[in-house]
Amino acid sequence: MNKTLLAGGLALALALGVADLRDLAAYAAQAPAPAAAAGPTVKIDNFVFGPEALTVSVGTTVTWINQDDIPHTVVANDKSFKSKVLDSDERFSFTFTRPGEYGYFCSLHPHMTGKVIVKAG
Amino acid sequence: MHDDDHQSHPDPSRRGLLKCMGWAGTGALWTMSGGVGAAISLDQALAAPARAQSFSFLQLSDSHVGFNKPANPDAAATYREAVGKIAALPVKPDFIIHTGDITQLSKDQEFDDAEQIIKAAGLPVFHVPGEHDMLDEGQGKAYLARFGKGTKGAGWYSFDHKGVHFVALINVANLKPGGMGSLGGEQLEWLERDLKGRPSSQPIVVFAHMPLWTVYADWGWGTDDAPQAMAYLKRFGSVTVLNGHIHQITQKVEGNIAFHTARSTAFPQPVGGQGPSPGPLKVPAEQLHSMLGITTASITRGHGPIALTDRTLAT
Repeated sequence: MNKTLLAGGLALALALGVADLRDLAAYAAQAPAPAAAAGPTVKIDNFVFGPEALTVSVGTTVTWINQDDIPHTVVANDKSFKSKVLDSDERFSFTFTRPGEYGYFCSLHPHMTGKVIVKAG
Repeated sequence: MHDDDHQSHPDPSRRGLLKCMGWAGTGALWTMSGGVGAAISLDQALAAPARAQSFSFLQLSDSHVGFNKPANPDAAATYREAVGKIAALPVKPDFIIHTGDITQLSKDQEFDDAEQIIKAAGLPVFHVPGEHDMLDEGQGKAYLARFGKGTKGAGWYSFDHKGVHFVALINVANLKPGGMGSLGGEQLEWLERDLKGRPSSQPIVVFAHMPLWTVYADWGWGTDDAPQAMAYLKRFGSVTVLNGHIHQITQKVEGNIAFHTARSTAFPQPVGGQGPSPGPLKVPAEQLHSMLGITTASITRGHGPIALTDRTLAT
């Protein structure tokens, strides 16, 4: 009887353990960026750049933060900016000095794309 | 039959039958194989000396040495276990192919550790890089410095072994925004030349990191210009395409071309579209080993389909 109870308890603990892990991951994904960046941030989360499109004015510094367990990069389609590989929680910043629309992607996972629209003045 | 946990052919009963007959050396066997019998027989008659001999080789994939996050706190340890499994195989393979993502971040230490681990198998190893092996400043130069000797372009090459032609393709270099894997024009031209003049009875094995067919486009699980490569390959009677990248077994047969993706030795990934992203699938520690594995490819005498056997690290 005790054995059965113990086994049941163990199974419950295991099930809870799984749930906890998932909750933790979800919590981590929702947690705000730890340090305040000077300008707007783009979060890389679940293989998505968010926001996918960001509008800023000239002179703005944009910071990308990788919140995934997998490394990513931020590379402009026209190669005007390019991060080194960003492991989990690493950041990359770039200051946009000219107006225009800058498409970018992750060179490891090229289906991940985003853009920064830079408005004059 | 030494298949344990997985049959790699969509029709196990038929495959099993073919395989058993293959071992028995039944001459009539391959006239029944995949509806290509007549052409094969003709080719055999015309190019009899090129018959493949029986042998096996092993596929390892996605070892991600350096990965240490939830799902697997020590990817080097599970890679070591996978290499350890090779010694226990019923038939000693002639060599190993590794279908990429050797390392997590292309660091020298990770490459060093990976080389050290696989050395324990005591077998020749043929590599192709995954996108994780292209993360050095030189975007793949570190990989090429170690494994690129005698290769072309971003590291592609081919070789023959006991009558089978092996082609190693690179589809993780110069990727385009919004795209999937890419072979590129230069490599495709090389492939066309490489295959030209070979008898269509010669078995072909193609290996590359990312799937050479579209498994799930939304997650980039495919290769944009793979159809061009398949156009060069489709005249061959037996083509086996071995890939990694998606850390799970998937398979497809198209004409005489059999596609197969292998398990990772590091961590599982979700089925395409099931879950928020293709990131690591976080499973309880006691489940991990049943979702990691190695693949054995057995070539039987003749020209039939190559038999693939997937084993998990839990067995």
